[in-house]
Amino acid sequence: MIGNSHCGAFAGLGRCATLLVILAPVVGGTTTVEEDMVWTGGLRSAYFGDRAITQSDDLIVLDIPDRAEDAAIVPISITAQIPQTDEHYIQTIYVFIDKNPGPLAGTFRFTPKSGRADLAFRVRVNAYTPIRAIAETNDGKLYMSRRFIKATGGCSAPAGSDLDAAMARLGKIKLRTNGVLQLAEPAQAQLMISHPNLNGLQMNQVTQLYAPAHFVRHVKVSFNGEEVFSAETGFGISENPSFRFFFVPDSEGELAAEITDTKGLRFSQTLQVAPTAALGLVSEDM
Amino acid sequence: MLQLSCGFFALSCGSGQLPAQASCSPSAEVVQVAAGVYVRPGHAAVVFEADEIANIGFVVGDRCVAVVDTGGSLAEGRALDCAIRDVTDLPVCYVINTHVHPDHLLGNLAFKRPGVEFLGDAKLPRALALRGDVYLERASAYESRALDVSIFVFPDRTVTGTVQLDIGDRILTVRAHKSAHTDHDISVVDEKTRIAFLGDLLFLEHIPVIDGSINGWIDELEAMSGESFVYVVPGHGPTSASWPAAAGPTVRYLADLRQNVRAWIGSGGDLASAQDNIGHGRIADWRLSERYHRRNVGAAYAELEWED
Repeated sequence: MIGNSHCGAFAGLGRCATLLVILAPVVGGTTTVEEDMVWTGGLRSAYFGDRAITQSDDLIVLDIPDRAEDAAIVPISITAQIPQTDEHYIQTIYVFIDKNPGPLAGTFRFTPKSGRADLAFRVRVNAYTPIRAIAETNDGKLYMSRRFIKATGGCSAPAGSDLDAAMARLGKIKLRTNGVLQLAEPAQAQLMISHPNLNGLQMNQVTQLYAPAHFVRHVKVSFNGEEVFSAETGFGISENPSFRFFFVPDSEGELAAEITDTKGLRFSQTLQVAPTAALGLVSEDM
Repeated sequence: MLQLSCGFFALSCGSGQLPAQASCSPSAEVVQVAAGVYVRPGHAAVVFEADEIANIGFVVGDRCVAVVDTGGSLAEGRALDCAIRDVTDLPVCYVINTHVHPDHLLGNLAFKRPGVEFLGDAKLPRALALRGDVYLERASAYESRALDVSIFVFPDRTVTGTVQLDIGDRILTVRAHKSAHTDHDISVVDEKTRIAFLGDLLFLEHIPVIDGSINGWIDELEAMSGESFVYVVPGHGPTSASWPAAAGPTVRYLADLRQNVRAWIGSGGDLASAQDNIGHGRIADWRLSERYHRRNVGAAYAELEWED
Protein backbone atom coordinates (compact mmCIF):
# COMPACT_ATOMS: atom_id res chain seq x y z
CA MET A 1 0.00 0.00 0.00
CA ILE A 2 2.85 2.35 0.73
CA GLY A 3 3.62 4.39 -2.33
CA ASN A 4 0.07 4.13 -3.56
CA SER A 5 -0.35 7.70 -2.48
CA HIS A 6 -2.85 8.89 -5.03
CA CYS A 7 -6.03 6.95 -4.65
CA GLY A 8 -8.12 9.52 -6.34
CA ALA A 9 -10.04 10.45 -9.39
CA PHE A 10 -7.48 9.17 -11.86
CA ALA A 11 -5.96 5.84 -12.66
CA GLY A 12 -5.73 4.82 -9.03
CA LEU A 13 -9.46 4.59 -8.65
CA GLY A 14 -9.75 1.10 -9.94
CA ARG A 15 -6.93 -0.09 -7.78
CA CYS A 16 -8.42 1.52 -4.69
CA ALA A 17 -11.80 0.01 -5.23
CA THR A 18 -10.20 -3.40 -5.49
CA LEU A 19 -8.14 -2.69 -2.43
CA LEU A 20 -11.19 -1.81 -0.34
CA VAL A 21 -13.01 -4.91 -1.39
CA ILE A 22 -10.09 -7.02 -0.34
CA LEU A 23 -9.56 -5.26 2.95
CA ALA A 24 -13.12 -4.83 4.07
CA PRO A 25 -13.57 -8.30 5.57
CA VAL A 26 -10.27 -7.99 7.42
CA VAL A 27 -10.93 -4.70 9.14
CA GLY A 28 -14.08 -5.22 11.10
CA GLY A 29 -16.59 -7.43 9.40
CA THR A 30 -19.13 -6.40 6.87
CA THR A 31 -19.14 -2.81 5.84
CA THR A 32 -21.73 -1.25 3.66
CA VAL A 33 -21.79 1.83 1.52
CA GLU A 34 -24.73 3.08 3.56
CA GLU A 35 -22.88 2.87 6.85
CA ASP A 36 -20.10 5.04 5.50
CA MET A 37 -22.24 7.74 3.93
CA VAL A 38 -21.36 10.42 6.45
CA TRP A 39 -17.70 9.72 5.90
CA THR A 40 -17.70 9.50 2.13
CA GLY A 41 -20.31 12.27 1.83
CA GLY A 42 -18.12 15.01 3.24
CA LEU A 43 -16.46 14.18 6.54
CA ARG A 44 -13.46 12.62 4.88
CA SER A 45 -12.84 15.45 2.46
CA ALA A 46 -13.45 18.11 5.12
CA TYR A 47 -10.55 16.83 7.19
CA PHE A 48 -8.26 15.14 4.69
CA GLY A 49 -9.14 16.54 1.28
CA ASP A 50 -7.98 14.11 -1.36
CA ARG A 51 -5.06 12.73 0.64
CA ALA A 52 -4.65 8.97 0.44
CA ILE A 53 -5.84 7.00 3.44
CA THR A 54 -4.95 3.34 3.67
CA GLN A 55 -7.66 1.35 5.39
CA SER A 56 -5.70 -1.27 7.24
CA ASP A 57 -4.92 -2.59 10.69
CA ASP A 58 -1.22 -2.73 9.88
CA LEU A 59 -0.29 0.47 11.68
CA ILE A 60 -2.91 0.87 14.39
CA VAL A 61 -5.71 -1.37 15.61
CA LEU A 62 -8.90 0.18 16.91
CA ASP A 63 -10.77 -1.86 19.52
CA ILE A 64 -14.33 -1.03 20.58
CA PRO A 65 -17.25 -3.15 21.78
CA ASP A 66 -19.69 -4.31 19.07
CA ARG A 67 -22.55 -3.01 21.17
CA ALA A 68 -22.27 -0.33 23.83
CA GLU A 69 -23.28 -1.39 27.32
CA ASP A 70 -23.75 2.27 28.14
CA ALA A 71 -23.64 4.68 25.21
CA ALA A 72 -22.36 7.47 27.47
CA ILE A 73 -19.16 5.60 28.39
CA VAL A 74 -17.96 3.50 25.50
CA PRO A 75 -14.36 2.34 25.95
CA ILE A 76 -12.07 2.85 22.95
CA SER A 77 -8.55 1.56 22.69
CA ILE A 78 -6.00 2.00 19.96
CA THR A 79 -2.91 -0.17 19.78
CA ALA A 80 0.04 0.86 17.66
CA GLN A 81 1.71 -1.89 15.66
CA ILE A 82 5.06 -0.08 15.49
CA PRO A 83 7.31 1.37 18.19
CA GLN A 84 7.93 5.12 18.28
CA THR A 85 11.46 5.80 17.06
CA ASP A 86 13.12 9.07 16.18
CA GLU A 87 13.12 8.05 12.52
CA HIS A 88 9.61 6.69 12.19
CA TYR A 89 6.70 7.32 14.49
CA ILE A 90 3.00 8.01 14.69
CA GLN A 91 2.59 11.71 15.31
CA THR A 92 -1.19 12.09 15.28
CA ILE A 93 -4.25 9.91 15.75
CA TYR A 94 -7.67 11.32 14.84
CA VAL A 95 -10.76 9.57 16.15
CA PHE A 96 -14.07 10.07 14.34
CA ILE A 97 -17.52 8.94 15.39
CA ASP A 98 -19.34 9.54 12.13
CA LYS A 99 -22.88 10.04 13.40
CA ASN A 100 -22.16 12.04 16.54
CA PRO A 101 -23.19 15.71 16.51
CA GLY A 102 -19.47 16.55 16.53
CA PRO A 103 -17.87 13.64 14.69
CA LEU A 104 -14.23 14.42 15.56
CA ALA A 105 -13.96 13.07 19.11
CA GLY A 106 -10.33 14.04 19.46
CA THR A 107 -6.96 14.68 17.89
CA PHE A 108 -4.15 12.99 19.80
CA ARG A 109 -0.47 13.76 19.31
CA PHE A 110 2.52 11.60 20.10
CA THR A 111 6.29 11.97 19.93
CA PRO A 112 9.22 9.57 19.88
CA LYS A 113 9.29 10.14 23.65
CA SER A 114 5.88 8.49 23.85
CA GLY A 115 7.54 5.13 23.29
CA ARG A 116 4.27 3.70 22.02
CA ALA A 117 1.37 5.51 20.37
CA ASP A 118 -1.17 3.41 22.28
CA LEU A 119 -4.23 5.19 23.57
CA ALA A 120 -7.36 4.38 25.54
CA PHE A 121 -10.23 6.66 26.47
CA ARG A 122 -14.07 6.71 26.53
CA VAL A 123 -16.60 8.34 24.29
CA ARG A 124 -20.27 9.08 23.97
CA VAL A 125 -21.94 7.47 20.99
CA ASN A 126 -25.26 8.81 19.78
CA ALA A 127 -26.33 6.35 17.09
CA TYR A 128 -25.34 3.17 15.28
CA THR A 129 -22.19 4.41 13.62
CA PRO A 130 -18.76 3.64 12.26
CA ILE A 131 -15.91 4.70 14.51
CA ARG A 132 -12.58 5.28 12.82
CA ALA A 133 -9.08 5.97 14.08
CA ILE A 134 -6.75 7.55 11.55
CA ALA A 135 -3.04 7.60 12.27
CA GLU A 136 -0.64 9.98 10.60
CA THR A 137 3.02 9.02 10.59
CA ASN A 138 5.85 11.54 10.70
CA ASP A 139 6.34 11.03 6.97
CA GLY A 140 2.78 12.16 6.34
CA LYS A 141 1.07 8.87 5.56
CA LEU A 142 -2.45 8.14 6.77
CA TYR A 143 -3.76 4.78 7.93
CA MET A 144 -7.30 4.08 9.09
CA SER A 145 -8.65 1.36 11.39
CA ARG A 146 -12.44 1.24 11.22
CA ARG A 147 -15.09 -0.48 13.33
CA PHE A 148 -18.87 -0.26 13.68
CA ILE A 149 -20.79 0.09 16.94
CA LYS A 150 -24.40 -0.34 17.97
CA ALA A 151 -25.21 2.36 20.49
CA THR A 152 -27.92 4.96 21.02
CA GLY A 153 -28.37 8.20 22.88
CA GLY A 154 -25.01 8.64 24.57
CA CYS A 155 -24.85 12.37 23.89
CA SER A 156 -27.87 13.50 25.85
CA ALA A 157 -27.57 11.24 28.87
CA PRO A 158 -25.21 11.95 31.71
CA ALA A 159 -22.77 9.10 32.20
CA GLY A 160 -22.65 8.31 35.88
CA SER A 161 -26.17 9.65 36.48
CA ASP A 162 -24.96 11.18 39.71
CA LEU A 163 -24.45 14.58 38.10
CA ASP A 164 -24.18 16.38 41.41
CA ALA A 165 -21.30 14.26 42.59
CA ALA A 166 -19.52 14.90 39.29
CA MET A 167 -19.96 18.67 39.51
CA ALA A 168 -18.81 18.78 43.13
CA ARG A 169 -15.56 17.14 42.07
CA LEU A 170 -14.88 19.42 39.06
CA GLY A 171 -11.20 19.75 38.32
CA LYS A 172 -9.93 16.94 40.48
CA ILE A 173 -7.13 15.14 38.65
CA LYS A 174 -5.60 11.72 39.04
CA LEU A 175 -2.29 11.05 37.34
CA ARG A 176 -0.65 7.69 37.78
CA THR A 177 1.48 5.06 36.11
CA ASN A 178 0.45 1.45 35.68
CA GLY A 179 2.75 -1.49 36.13
CA VAL A 180 6.45 -1.56 36.99
CA LEU A 181 8.38 1.41 35.64
CA GLN A 182 11.56 0.25 33.95
CA LEU A 183 14.24 2.65 32.89
CA ALA A 184 13.97 3.58 29.21
CA GLU A 185 11.08 1.17 28.60
CA PRO A 186 7.69 2.54 27.47
CA ALA A 187 5.40 2.77 30.49
CA GLN A 188 1.66 3.29 30.64
CA ALA A 189 0.38 6.45 32.29
CA GLN A 190 -3.20 7.32 33.12
CA LEU A 191 -4.68 10.80 33.38
CA MET A 192 -8.19 11.31 34.76
CA ILE A 193 -9.96 14.64 35.03
CA SER A 194 -13.19 15.04 36.96
CA HIS A 195 -15.22 17.17 34.58
CA PRO A 196 -18.88 16.96 33.47
CA ASN A 197 -17.80 17.51 29.85
CA LEU A 198 -21.19 19.02 29.06
CA ASN A 199 -21.81 18.91 25.33
CA GLY A 200 -24.67 21.40 25.08
CA LEU A 201 -27.20 18.64 24.48
CA GLN A 202 -28.14 18.13 28.10
CA MET A 203 -31.06 20.10 29.43
CA ASN A 204 -30.93 21.99 32.69
CA GLN A 205 -34.32 21.31 34.19
CA VAL A 206 -34.24 24.31 36.51
CA THR A 207 -33.74 26.85 33.75
CA GLN A 208 -35.42 24.76 31.04
CA LEU A 209 -32.41 25.62 28.90
CA TYR A 210 -29.79 23.37 27.50
CA ALA A 211 -26.72 23.56 29.69
CA PRO A 212 -24.06 25.38 27.67
CA ALA A 213 -21.27 23.22 26.36
CA HIS A 214 -18.42 23.06 28.83
CA PHE A 215 -15.81 20.44 28.16
CA VAL A 216 -12.14 19.62 28.26
CA ARG A 217 -10.45 21.15 25.21
CA HIS A 218 -6.71 20.60 25.56
CA VAL A 219 -4.61 18.08 27.37
CA LYS A 220 -0.83 18.13 27.41
CA VAL A 221 1.48 15.77 29.23
CA SER A 222 5.22 16.16 29.36
CA PHE A 223 8.02 14.26 31.02
CA ASN A 224 10.90 16.38 32.30
CA GLY A 225 9.68 19.18 30.08
CA GLU A 226 9.39 17.19 26.87
CA GLU A 227 5.95 16.51 25.47
CA VAL A 228 4.93 12.85 25.42
CA PHE A 229 1.21 13.13 24.75
CA SER A 230 -1.27 15.84 23.93
CA ALA A 231 -4.88 15.97 22.86
CA GLU A 232 -7.40 18.38 21.46
CA THR A 233 -10.74 16.98 22.45
CA GLY A 234 -14.36 17.55 21.51
CA PHE A 235 -17.53 16.90 23.42
CA GLY A 236 -17.73 13.30 22.27
CA ILE A 237 -15.39 12.46 25.14
CA SER A 238 -17.28 11.01 28.10
CA GLU A 239 -17.86 12.77 31.37
CA ASN A 240 -14.78 12.56 33.63
CA PRO A 241 -12.28 12.10 30.78
CA SER A 242 -9.75 9.35 31.30
CA PHE A 243 -6.75 8.86 29.00
CA ARG A 244 -4.21 6.05 28.99
CA PHE A 245 -1.05 6.60 26.98
CA PHE A 246 2.65 5.78 27.09
CA PHE A 247 5.85 7.63 27.87
CA VAL A 248 9.46 6.60 28.22
CA PRO A 249 10.93 7.24 31.70
CA ASP A 250 14.55 7.56 30.61
CA SER A 251 15.52 8.94 34.01
CA GLU A 252 13.90 9.90 37.27
CA GLY A 253 11.73 12.88 36.79
CA GLU A 254 8.42 14.59 36.70
CA LEU A 255 5.38 13.74 34.66
CA ALA A 256 3.28 16.89 34.29
CA ALA A 257 -0.26 17.21 32.96
CA GLU A 258 -1.98 20.44 31.98
CA ILE A 259 -5.64 20.63 31.07
CA THR A 260 -7.67 23.52 29.69
CA ASP A 261 -11.43 23.50 29.23
CA THR A 262 -13.73 25.53 26.99
CA LYS A 263 -14.31 28.14 29.70
CA GLY A 264 -10.57 28.68 29.96
CA LEU A 265 -10.31 26.93 33.30
CA ARG A 266 -6.88 25.39 33.78
CA PHE A 267 -6.05 22.35 35.82
CA SER A 268 -2.70 20.71 36.38
CA GLN A 269 -1.06 17.86 38.20
CA THR A 270 2.42 16.43 38.48
CA LEU A 271 3.75 13.02 39.40
CA GLN A 272 7.29 12.15 40.43
CA VAL A 273 8.47 8.92 38.83
CA ALA A 274 11.51 6.82 39.61
CA PRO A 275 11.99 4.00 37.13
CA THR A 276 13.93 0.98 38.23
CA ALA A 277 16.91 0.09 36.12
CA ALA A 278 16.34 -2.80 33.80
CA LEU A 279 18.39 -5.82 34.83
CA GLY A 280 20.69 -5.65 31.87
CA LEU A 281 21.57 -2.03 32.53
CA VAL A 282 22.25 -2.70 36.20
CA SER A 283 24.88 -5.27 35.38
CA GLU A 284 26.49 -2.99 32.83
CA ASP A 285 26.67 -0.16 35.33
CA MET A 286 28.20 -2.42 37.90
CA MET B 1 -72.54 16.00 39.25
CA LEU B 2 -72.16 12.34 39.85
CA GLN B 3 -68.46 12.78 40.46
CA LEU B 4 -68.96 15.68 42.81
CA SER B 5 -71.32 13.73 44.99
CA CYS B 6 -69.08 10.72 45.04
CA GLY B 7 -65.60 12.20 45.42
CA PHE B 8 -64.85 12.56 49.09
CA PHE B 9 -67.80 10.55 50.33
CA ALA B 10 -67.03 7.68 48.11
CA LEU B 11 -68.16 5.06 50.58
CA SER B 12 -71.69 6.02 49.72
CA CYS B 13 -71.12 5.47 46.04
CA GLY B 14 -72.16 2.00 45.07
CA SER B 15 -70.34 0.30 42.26
CA GLY B 16 -73.56 0.20 40.30
CA GLN B 17 -73.27 3.94 39.85
CA LEU B 18 -70.07 3.58 37.88
CA PRO B 19 -70.84 2.30 34.41
CA ALA B 20 -67.16 2.74 33.61
CA GLN B 21 -66.45 -0.41 35.56
CA ALA B 22 -68.11 -2.64 33.04
CA SER B 23 -66.44 -1.00 30.08
CA CYS B 24 -62.99 -0.86 31.66
CA SER B 25 -60.93 -3.61 30.17
CA PRO B 26 -58.66 -5.33 30.08
CA SER B 27 -57.77 -5.28 33.75
CA ALA B 28 -54.28 -6.10 34.87
CA GLU B 29 -54.04 -9.20 37.00
CA VAL B 30 -53.10 -8.13 40.47
CA VAL B 31 -52.15 -9.97 43.64
CA GLN B 32 -53.39 -8.83 47.03
CA VAL B 33 -50.34 -9.02 49.30
CA ALA B 34 -52.18 -7.65 52.36
CA ALA B 35 -55.51 -5.98 53.08
CA GLY B 36 -55.74 -3.08 50.67
CA VAL B 37 -52.27 -3.62 49.19
CA TYR B 38 -52.10 -4.90 45.62
CA VAL B 39 -49.24 -5.69 43.27
CA ARG B 40 -49.27 -6.23 39.54
CA PRO B 41 -46.44 -8.73 39.06
CA GLY B 42 -43.72 -8.00 36.55
CA HIS B 43 -41.63 -10.45 34.58
CA ALA B 44 -37.90 -10.04 33.99
CA ALA B 45 -37.22 -8.58 30.54
CA VAL B 46 -35.32 -5.77 28.90
CA VAL B 47 -37.15 -2.44 28.72
CA PHE B 48 -39.28 -2.15 25.57
CA GLU B 49 -38.67 -5.78 24.64
CA ALA B 50 -41.72 -6.94 26.62
CA ASP B 51 -44.73 -5.72 28.58
CA GLU B 52 -45.29 -5.89 32.32
CA ILE B 53 -41.64 -5.94 33.35
CA ALA B 54 -41.70 -4.20 36.74
CA ASN B 55 -43.74 -4.89 39.86
CA ILE B 56 -46.18 -2.01 40.22
CA GLY B 57 -49.09 -1.64 42.60
CA PHE B 58 -51.53 0.38 44.63
CA VAL B 59 -52.77 0.88 48.16
CA VAL B 60 -56.45 1.48 48.96
CA GLY B 61 -57.32 3.82 51.81
CA ASP B 62 -60.73 4.84 53.13
CA ARG B 63 -60.67 8.02 51.09
CA CYS B 64 -58.74 7.22 47.94
CA VAL B 65 -56.13 5.11 46.21
CA ALA B 66 -52.39 5.69 45.87
CA VAL B 67 -50.64 4.13 42.89
CA VAL B 68 -46.97 3.15 43.14
CA ASP B 69 -45.52 3.09 39.63
CA THR B 70 -47.63 2.77 36.52
CA GLY B 71 -45.90 0.29 34.21
CA GLY B 72 -44.15 0.49 30.88
CA SER B 73 -46.84 1.83 28.58
CA LEU B 74 -50.10 3.72 28.45
CA ALA B 75 -51.88 0.39 28.02
CA GLU B 76 -50.27 -0.99 31.17
CA GLY B 77 -51.30 2.10 33.08
CA ARG B 78 -54.88 1.77 31.84
CA ALA B 79 -54.97 -1.91 32.77
CA LEU B 80 -53.80 -1.04 36.26
CA ASP B 81 -56.46 1.65 36.45
CA CYS B 82 -59.07 -0.97 35.50
CA ALA B 83 -57.72 -3.37 38.11
CA ILE B 84 -58.18 -0.62 40.71
CA ARG B 85 -61.76 -0.13 39.62
CA ASP B 86 -62.30 -3.88 39.98
CA VAL B 87 -61.49 -3.69 43.68
CA THR B 88 -62.76 -0.25 44.71
CA ASP B 89 -64.92 2.64 43.63
CA LEU B 90 -62.62 5.10 45.36
CA PRO B 91 -60.77 7.52 43.15
CA VAL B 92 -57.06 7.52 42.58
CA CYS B 93 -55.57 10.53 44.39
CA TYR B 94 -51.82 9.94 44.16
CA VAL B 95 -49.41 8.44 41.67
CA ILE B 96 -45.96 7.95 43.17
CA ASN B 97 -43.11 7.30 40.76
CA THR B 98 -40.24 5.38 42.34
CA HIS B 99 -37.81 6.52 39.61
CA VAL B 100 -37.46 7.45 35.95
CA HIS B 101 -37.08 4.08 34.23
CA PRO B 102 -39.65 3.48 31.49
CA ASP B 103 -40.87 0.10 32.74
CA HIS B 104 -42.05 1.87 35.91
CA LEU B 105 -43.24 5.23 34.68
CA LEU B 106 -44.59 5.20 31.15
CA GLY B 107 -48.11 4.32 32.30
CA ASN B 108 -48.45 7.66 34.08
CA LEU B 109 -50.56 9.22 31.36
CA ALA B 110 -53.38 6.76 32.10
CA PHE B 111 -53.85 8.51 35.44
CA LYS B 112 -53.48 12.11 34.27
CA ARG B 113 -56.82 13.60 35.29
CA PRO B 114 -58.21 16.08 37.81
CA GLY B 115 -57.77 14.94 41.39
CA VAL B 116 -54.64 12.90 40.81
CA GLU B 117 -51.38 14.30 42.16
CA PHE B 118 -48.11 12.91 40.82
CA LEU B 119 -45.16 12.64 43.21
CA GLY B 120 -41.52 11.88 42.60
CA ASP B 121 -38.09 12.63 43.92
CA ALA B 122 -36.80 16.18 43.52
CA LYS B 123 -34.32 14.93 40.92
CA LEU B 124 -36.92 13.01 38.90
CA PRO B 125 -37.80 15.97 36.65
CA ARG B 126 -34.17 16.45 35.70
CA ALA B 127 -33.71 12.76 35.04
CA LEU B 128 -36.83 12.71 32.87
CA ALA B 129 -35.75 15.81 30.95
CA LEU B 130 -32.29 14.39 30.33
CA ARG B 131 -33.46 10.98 29.22
CA GLY B 132 -36.81 11.60 27.61
CA ASP B 133 -35.51 11.89 24.07
CA VAL B 134 -33.44 8.75 24.43
CA TYR B 135 -36.47 6.82 25.66
CA LEU B 136 -38.52 8.02 22.70
CA GLU B 137 -35.77 6.98 20.34
CA ARG B 138 -35.37 3.56 21.94
CA ALA B 139 -39.11 2.98 21.91
CA SER B 140 -39.25 3.88 18.23
CA ALA B 141 -37.00 0.94 17.46
CA TYR B 142 -39.98 -1.31 18.30
CA GLU B 143 -42.70 -0.88 15.76
CA SER B 144 -45.65 -1.17 18.12
CA ARG B 145 -44.16 1.10 20.77
CA ALA B 146 -43.58 4.40 19.02
CA LEU B 147 -44.21 7.22 21.48
CA ASP B 148 -44.27 10.96 21.48
CA VAL B 149 -43.27 13.39 24.17
CA SER B 150 -46.82 13.64 25.54
CA ILE B 151 -46.31 10.26 27.23
CA PHE B 152 -44.16 11.89 29.89
CA VAL B 153 -46.00 13.10 32.98
CA PHE B 154 -43.79 15.10 35.32
CA PRO B 155 -44.43 15.18 39.08
CA ASP B 156 -46.78 17.80 40.46
CA ARG B 157 -45.00 17.61 43.77
CA THR B 158 -41.39 16.63 44.39
CA VAL B 159 -40.09 14.96 47.50
CA THR B 160 -36.94 15.52 49.51
CA GLY B 161 -36.58 13.72 52.79
CA THR B 162 -39.91 12.13 53.67
CA VAL B 163 -43.54 13.06 53.04
CA GLN B 164 -46.58 11.42 54.59
CA LEU B 165 -49.77 11.00 52.59
CA ASP B 166 -53.13 10.31 54.21
CA ILE B 167 -55.37 8.28 51.93
CA GLY B 168 -58.06 7.81 54.59
CA ASP B 169 -57.26 6.01 57.83
CA ARG B 170 -54.07 4.97 56.13
CA ILE B 171 -50.74 6.80 56.12
CA LEU B 172 -48.15 6.26 53.42
CA THR B 173 -44.58 7.36 54.07
CA VAL B 174 -42.89 8.46 50.86
CA ARG B 175 -39.15 8.62 51.24
CA ALA B 176 -36.46 10.05 48.99
CA HIS B 177 -33.20 8.14 49.09
CA LYS B 178 -29.65 9.17 48.39
CA SER B 179 -28.14 8.05 45.10
CA ALA B 180 -28.53 4.27 44.87
CA HIS B 181 -30.21 2.40 41.99
CA THR B 182 -30.65 5.86 40.42
CA ASP B 183 -29.94 9.32 41.85
CA HIS B 184 -33.64 9.78 42.58
CA ASP B 185 -35.10 6.63 44.16
CA ILE B 186 -38.32 6.75 46.16
CA SER B 187 -39.73 4.11 48.51
CA VAL B 188 -43.29 3.98 49.83
CA VAL B 189 -44.25 2.39 53.14
CA ASP B 190 -47.85 1.61 54.01
CA GLU B 191 -47.75 2.29 57.75
CA LYS B 192 -50.95 0.32 58.33
CA THR B 193 -49.45 -2.98 57.23
CA ARG B 194 -45.73 -2.00 57.30
CA ILE B 195 -45.41 -3.21 53.75
CA ALA B 196 -42.76 -1.32 51.81
CA PHE B 197 -42.70 -0.73 48.07
CA LEU B 198 -38.96 -0.44 47.49
CA GLY B 199 -39.02 0.13 43.76
CA ASP B 200 -35.69 -0.76 42.20
CA LEU B 201 -33.81 -0.31 45.45
CA LEU B 202 -34.47 -4.03 45.64
CA PHE B 203 -34.11 -6.68 42.95
CA LEU B 204 -34.79 -10.37 43.26
CA GLU B 205 -34.26 -12.85 40.41
CA HIS B 206 -33.68 -10.01 37.89
CA ILE B 207 -30.05 -8.85 38.09
CA PRO B 208 -29.68 -5.51 39.89
CA VAL B 209 -28.96 -2.62 37.51
CA ILE B 210 -26.73 0.24 38.63
CA ASP B 211 -27.78 3.62 37.27
CA GLY B 212 -26.87 5.76 40.27
CA SER B 213 -24.19 4.79 42.76
CA ILE B 214 -22.93 1.38 43.81
CA ASN B 215 -21.60 2.79 47.07
CA GLY B 216 -24.80 4.68 47.79
CA TRP B 217 -26.94 1.67 46.99
CA ILE B 218 -25.07 -0.64 49.37
CA ASP B 219 -25.24 2.07 52.06
CA GLU B 220 -28.99 2.56 51.63
CA LEU B 221 -29.81 -1.14 51.78
CA GLU B 222 -27.61 -1.63 54.83
CA ALA B 223 -29.16 1.38 56.54
CA MET B 224 -32.65 0.05 55.83
CA SER B 225 -31.90 -3.44 57.10
CA GLY B 226 -33.03 -2.43 60.59
CA GLU B 227 -36.48 -1.39 59.37
CA SER B 228 -39.33 -3.54 60.66
CA PHE B 229 -41.08 -4.10 57.34
CA VAL B 230 -43.56 -6.97 57.40
CA TYR B 231 -43.06 -7.53 53.70
CA VAL B 232 -41.32 -5.65 50.96
CA VAL B 233 -42.31 -5.38 47.32
CA PRO B 234 -39.21 -5.45 45.11
CA GLY B 235 -39.17 -3.55 41.82
CA HIS B 236 -38.38 -6.84 40.12
CA GLY B 237 -38.90 -10.38 41.40
CA PRO B 238 -41.73 -11.88 43.48
CA THR B 239 -44.61 -9.63 44.50
CA SER B 240 -43.55 -9.75 48.14
CA ALA B 241 -40.61 -10.92 50.19
CA SER B 242 -39.54 -10.89 53.81
CA TRP B 243 -37.23 -8.25 55.21
CA PRO B 244 -34.31 -7.90 55.65
CA ALA B 245 -33.55 -11.30 54.14
CA ALA B 246 -34.74 -10.09 50.73
CA ALA B 247 -31.95 -7.51 50.61
CA GLY B 248 -29.31 -10.23 50.77
CA PRO B 249 -28.92 -11.12 47.09
CA THR B 250 -28.81 -7.49 45.92
CA VAL B 251 -26.32 -6.47 48.62
CA ARG B 252 -24.12 -9.49 47.97
CA TYR B 253 -24.08 -8.90 44.22
CA LEU B 254 -23.19 -5.23 44.66
CA ALA B 255 -20.60 -5.83 47.39
CA ASP B 256 -18.93 -8.58 45.39
CA LEU B 257 -18.88 -6.42 42.28
CA ARG B 258 -17.45 -3.48 44.23
CA GLN B 259 -14.68 -5.57 45.69
CA ASN B 260 -13.69 -6.97 42.29
CA VAL B 261 -13.84 -3.65 40.47
CA ARG B 262 -11.80 -1.92 43.17
CA ALA B 263 -9.14 -4.60 42.87
CA TRP B 264 -9.17 -4.28 39.07
CA ILE B 265 -8.73 -0.53 39.22
CA GLY B 266 -6.01 -0.89 41.83
CA SER B 267 -4.02 -3.19 39.58
CA GLY B 268 -4.23 -0.73 36.67
CA GLY B 269 -6.78 -2.67 34.63
CA ASP B 270 -8.88 -0.55 32.28
CA LEU B 271 -12.64 -0.30 31.85
CA ALA B 272 -12.90 -2.59 28.82
CA SER B 273 -10.83 -5.36 30.41
CA ALA B 274 -12.85 -5.06 33.62
CA GLN B 275 -16.04 -5.61 31.62
CA ASP B 276 -14.50 -8.60 29.88
CA ASN B 277 -13.23 -10.28 33.01
CA ILE B 278 -15.13 -9.47 36.18
CA GLY B 279 -17.69 -11.77 37.67
CA HIS B 280 -18.89 -13.60 34.60
CA GLY B 281 -18.59 -17.02 36.20
CA ARG B 282 -20.70 -16.25 39.25
CA ILE B 283 -23.72 -14.40 37.96
CA ALA B 284 -25.60 -17.14 36.16
CA ASP B 285 -28.30 -17.27 38.82
CA TRP B 286 -29.51 -13.80 37.93
CA ARG B 287 -31.90 -13.33 35.07
CA LEU B 288 -30.70 -10.93 32.35
CA SER B 289 -27.13 -10.99 33.61
CA GLU B 290 -26.05 -11.27 29.96
CA ARG B 291 -27.72 -7.94 29.30
CA TYR B 292 -26.82 -5.92 32.36
CA HIS B 293 -23.77 -7.30 34.15
CA ARG B 294 -21.17 -5.76 31.84
CA ARG B 295 -22.99 -2.48 32.06
CA ASN B 296 -22.91 -2.72 35.85
CA VAL B 297 -19.17 -3.33 35.76
CA GLY B 298 -18.80 -0.17 33.68
CA ALA B 299 -20.98 1.90 35.99
CA ALA B 300 -19.16 0.63 39.07
CA TYR B 301 -15.79 1.26 37.44
CA ALA B 302 -16.66 4.85 36.48
CA GLU B 303 -17.68 5.55 40.06
CA LEU B 304 -15.02 3.66 41.97
CA GLU B 305 -12.07 4.96 39.95
CA TRP B 306 -12.62 8.28 41.72
CA GLU B 307 -12.24 6.83 45.20
CA ASP B 308 -9.08 7.89 46.97
